[in-house]
Amino acid sequence: MNYNWDWNIFFKSTGIGSEIYLDWFVSGLGWTIAVALMAWIIALLLGSVLGVMRTLPGKVLPAIATAYVELFRNVPLLVQLFMWYFVVPDYLPEPLQIWFKQDLNPATSAYISVVVCLALFTAARVCEQVRTGIQALPRGQSAAALAVGFSIGQTYRHVLLPQAFRIIIPPLTSEFLNIFKNSSVASLIGLMELLAQTKQTAEFSANIFEAFTLATVIYFVLNMSLMTLMSLVEKKVRIPGMMGGAK
Amino acid sequence: MRFTTRLLTTAVIASAFAAPAMAEGTLDKIKSSGVIVLGHRDASIPFSYLANDPTKPIGYSHDLQLKVVEAVKKQLKMPNLQVRYNLVTSQTRIPLVQNGTVDLECGSTTNNLERQKQVAFSVGIFEIGTRLMTAKTSGIKDFPDLKGKNVVTTAGTTSERLLKAMNAEKQMGMNIISAKDHGESFLMLESGRAVAFMMDDALLYGEMAKAKNPGNWVVTGKPQSFEIYGCMLRKEDAAFKKVVDDAIKATFKSGEVNKIYSKWFMAPVPPKGLNLNFPMSDEFKALVAKPTDKSAEEM
Repeated sequence: MNYNWDWNIFFKSTGIGSEIYLDWFVSGLGWTIAVALMAWIIALLLGSVLGVMRTLPGKVLPAIATAYVELFRNVPLLVQLFMWYFVVPDYLPEPLQIWFKQDLNPATSAYISVVVCLALFTAARVCEQVRTGIQALPRGQSAAALAVGFSIGQTYRHVLLPQAFRIIIPPLTSEFLNIFKNSSVASLIGLMELLAQTKQTAEFSANIFEAFTLATVIYFVLNMSLMTLMSLVEKKVRIPGMMGGAK
Repeated sequence: MRFTTRLLTTAVIASAFAAPAMAEGTLDKIKSSGVIVLGHRDASIPFSYLANDPTKPIGYSHDLQLKVVEAVKKQLKMPNLQVRYNLVTSQTRIPLVQNGTVDLECGSTTNNLERQKQVAFSVGIFEIGTRLMTAKTSGIKDFPDLKGKNVVTTAGTTSERLLKAMNAEKQMGMNIISAKDHGESFLMLESGRAVAFMMDDALLYGEMAKAKNPGNWVVTGKPQSFEIYGCMLRKEDAAFKKVVDDAIKATFKSGEVNKIYSKWFMAPVPPKGLNLNFPMSDEFKALVAKPTDKSAEEM
């Protein structure tokens, strides 16, 4: 294979102003983190509410949460993104539509679409983690809480959720990492996050392998750091004597 | 020191790509395998695209590519040479030529200096100007009218680079949207997210021909650059390059290129039977009269 390697490409001028290719990767990484963190905060809040709903007594609330999960988990992420970006805005009231499509900076409207998309998609997955976390607890926990006079709200707040969240930290970490990786779909609606900048560098410089190698390294280092951070959190919040934790 | 670096680089490359040795030329490869692999695109209308038959590309560039196949058959005295098609995208086309998967790619690939470091280009097969498409009612006539507006272009194209450079140099305050392909760029324009779409003029006419109401749109503005499309082949393969160049030059010289041009740009083309109505530009006429494998920036 006669490929012309040039690892110095990242320090060469892009031909636009005084930017070098490395600047594009830095700005791309910034967008990736901005998308993933914002979407994660929303997903965690919404997913927790839905997860609790699925375990509540009664029929209506669990059914709504179940329907939500099935809808968002069974439609491909990319299809959802195109819905949020191309289809949904066209059904907004006229003034809102014009504001979203024309007055907003295109990067902002793409950002909103991708954050909404990733947050709602990931919320369905977080919901399932929270539900299994709660259901993994012995039934006696909620029975005892109710027996001593806790309301349902108090039972969840003081007994069930503190334990459930500790159990599900490892699978939640996976979802947290997934949202960073899934944020690369944003490149398809023109948001210049890490993957989009990588593709742009590859196209402009024709140094395709160098560009994708750097992107691989950045994603890997980013996710490894997040994983390390999350395992520290897990250790920190562990209750002595529970789930194999040292006293 | 330099020797060590070079040795190290060689070792890294050799270990990373223990690819089959590509020392033999493309012609030898074709001769021993009995197959030539043609790279094509799926939606570069009307250059190289899939229409009614999903296994066989059609288009202006593809017709020229077939002229090359005829020349290879003659050169190698292999009338039964097999043709195999390999779909490429703008991201895969260069590596697939380099690693030997594709022998010849003819689509809508601009010949430029960056790409010349990786692959060789045939003599130019087309020349475009980068211009704007906008709604007839938008009041936009040329690039200076775009100040402070949303403008869309396709990611990874020269237009994207020119537009961003123009925005930085002239401080025009444009919001530039980089859509993933031409179809999506046009969707951004059609849905009102952008007031103008900057791209190669031939491709703009292609998108216009696909529009719901082609009459609503107009291609305008002074071309910001001219670009020469070429077929891609592997570097340092003079024998194959000569066959490719000679075959293309022969269609230029005999005037056959005019017939092929009219077929794709001045007459209805599949799949919708639309006519692009894109007469041959003076720049392309000059290229046909004096074929070159240089990029437009070198001229």
